[in-house]
Amino acid sequence: MIPFLDIPVQALFGQLLLGLINGSFYALLSLGLAIIFGLLNIINFTHGAQYMLGAFVAWMLLNYLGIGYWWALLLVPIIVGASGVVIERLLISRLYKLDHIYGLLLTFGIALIMQGLLRNEYGASGMPYAIPPELAGGQRLGFMFLPNYRAWVIVASVSVCLGTWLLIECTRLGAYLRAATENPALTQAFGINVPLLVTLTYGFGVGLAALAGVLAAPIYSVNPNMGADIIIVVFAVVVIGGMGSILGAIVSGFALGLIEGLTKVFYPEASTTVIFVIMAIVLLVKPAGLFGRTA
Amino acid sequence: MTMVQEIAVPPLTATPTPMRAAEPAAHYGRLFIALTAVLLVAPFAVYPMFLMTLLCFALFACAFNLLLGYGGLLSFGHAAYFGMGAYITGYAAKSWGLGPELTVPLGALTGAGLGLVFGALAIRRQGIYFSMITLALAQMVFFFCLQAAFTHGEDGIQGIPRGHLFGLVDLSDDRVLYYVVLALFMAGLLGIFRIIHSPFGQVLKAIRENEPRAISLGYNAARYKLAVFVISSAIAGAAGGMKALVFQLATLTDVHWTMSGEVVLMTLVGGMGTVFGPIVGAAVIITMQNYLAHLGAWVTVVQGAIFVACVLLFREGIVGVIGRCLRWRL
Repeated sequence: MIPFLDIPVQALFGQLLLGLINGSFYALLSLGLAIIFGLLNIINFTHGAQYMLGAFVAWMLLNYLGIGYWWALLLVPIIVGASGVVIERLLISRLYKLDHIYGLLLTFGIALIMQGLLRNEYGASGMPYAIPPELAGGQRLGFMFLPNYRAWVIVASVSVCLGTWLLIECTRLGAYLRAATENPALTQAFGINVPLLVTLTYGFGVGLAALAGVLAAPIYSVNPNMGADIIIVVFAVVVIGGMGSILGAIVSGFALGLIEGLTKVFYPEASTTVIFVIMAIVLLVKPAGLFGRTA
Repeated sequence: MTMVQEIAVPPLTATPTPMRAAEPAAHYGRLFIALTAVLLVAPFAVYPMFLMTLLCFALFACAFNLLLGYGGLLSFGHAAYFGMGAYITGYAAKSWGLGPELTVPLGALTGAGLGLVFGALAIRRQGIYFSMITLALAQMVFFFCLQAAFTHGEDGIQGIPRGHLFGLVDLSDDRVLYYVVLALFMAGLLGIFRIIHSPFGQVLKAIRENEPRAISLGYNAARYKLAVFVISSAIAGAAGGMKALVFQLATLTDVHWTMSGEVVLMTLVGGMGTVFGPIVGAAVIITMQNYLAHLGAWVTVVQGAIFVACVLLFREGIVGVIGRCLRWRL
């Protein structure tokens, strides 16, 4: 092995891969947060809990109904997204006329309820979810070993992110969405059902979080705290990227995952805090965020 | 930035100031006396340990409310100042053997220093972003405490000596400590009350209501926001330090984001932007935790449900509703 700055190449690429995996989840989650924030003007604190719920529903489908990974990948976003639609209609929609902090507090409360209920039922230790047999094993690439499932997560996340971006930038529905983000009253005056669009957008954002949950289930064990830990990092990612741009959310998600991975190689003690430090630096240099528009 | 523009010169006439200005001061005075009287006799009826817990968290919530209720800034990371205050007070008391008259101010100073740095960063963004930044920075403090040697990781700092106040008064007795905690709590509460009703507090409220207008009137909004942030985090640090002496324990729970959520909940339940709301809110939440402790994770569920119910149906909080019914500003 050729050592690079005294770090074995294998360890370097291993951590980079891990960083890319984390980045995949950051990107999927910050993408959902950005879409929801754009149209609803609330920060969805429940996002982490909905990601966790995605992993749990996948686990339940497998263990109670015998429905495997591939169907879960399709069904879980629909089920959790539908639960998001119910939450939006029943609770969040009552707060649109109030200060944004109430939306934050409400979704924080909902997250606590979800987390508490699942911890009561399943404990805090976490439950395994097997990698689907089609994706077991891995490839030897010479410089590193690449597990198939991890490669799949990266490919799936990149394609979902790009697909979402294309949906928003290149379709009629996406144009409605962008118009309603820019000026909801005028969009409604043109005959577009904005409240319905808002509800569907929330459901879609939540669905993305649930999809990330299913992808994460075989890598991290399924446990009630998995969402709370990641959501705060994703908040920092969102502050760094700025929520003005969809592509910005995706790019900063992957980039920060990679930086986190690199930090694990060169200075492991700082790996948990590096993203927050970057956030502080970005706030000093460019307060609106790297891709943000100044308000 | 001076505050001269704020103060209008009162007319030099013999007639007293109008009733509207005199009335609130009168009922606030009576309420403060009543509160002090109740708290002075309370340890004869209620377990002092419980009361001290309540006072520590009530002071924490009052500090938080100064920021949210009067500054309009929702910090979602106040656990960082509370928890670091607890850690530093605990460390100074245990490793350096300092007395409480030094360790608790040291905790407050820790909160203030941290608040100065984090506040300066967070006020660069507004609204929702401000909350996310404070939360993220507090999480950084949590990870720091998880790894740093002096915090002893998962164990926390245990067996913190309560020490002797000014080297004279032994605080190992719960009742004695209670009166010290009560004195500090009342000092904090009166300090916050004074700040709210000072010209500084008035400018703060103006910034909360309409920031561009306050700026156009010549006030440096960023400096006011930073000042109230530092004051709030200093008091939160003192509350954390007190808590460390009362429980003789400083752990990761104190810096965790759930603690930040709890103080938001206390303020919301009691009534944000009211002087006495956070105290009532802290009493409600601490009592609830005390009685539901055996239910484990259900406490989280109940807290979440209270959050949802308060935001949807009860935004004024308990004291806010009472104040509206009595037509008093509380």
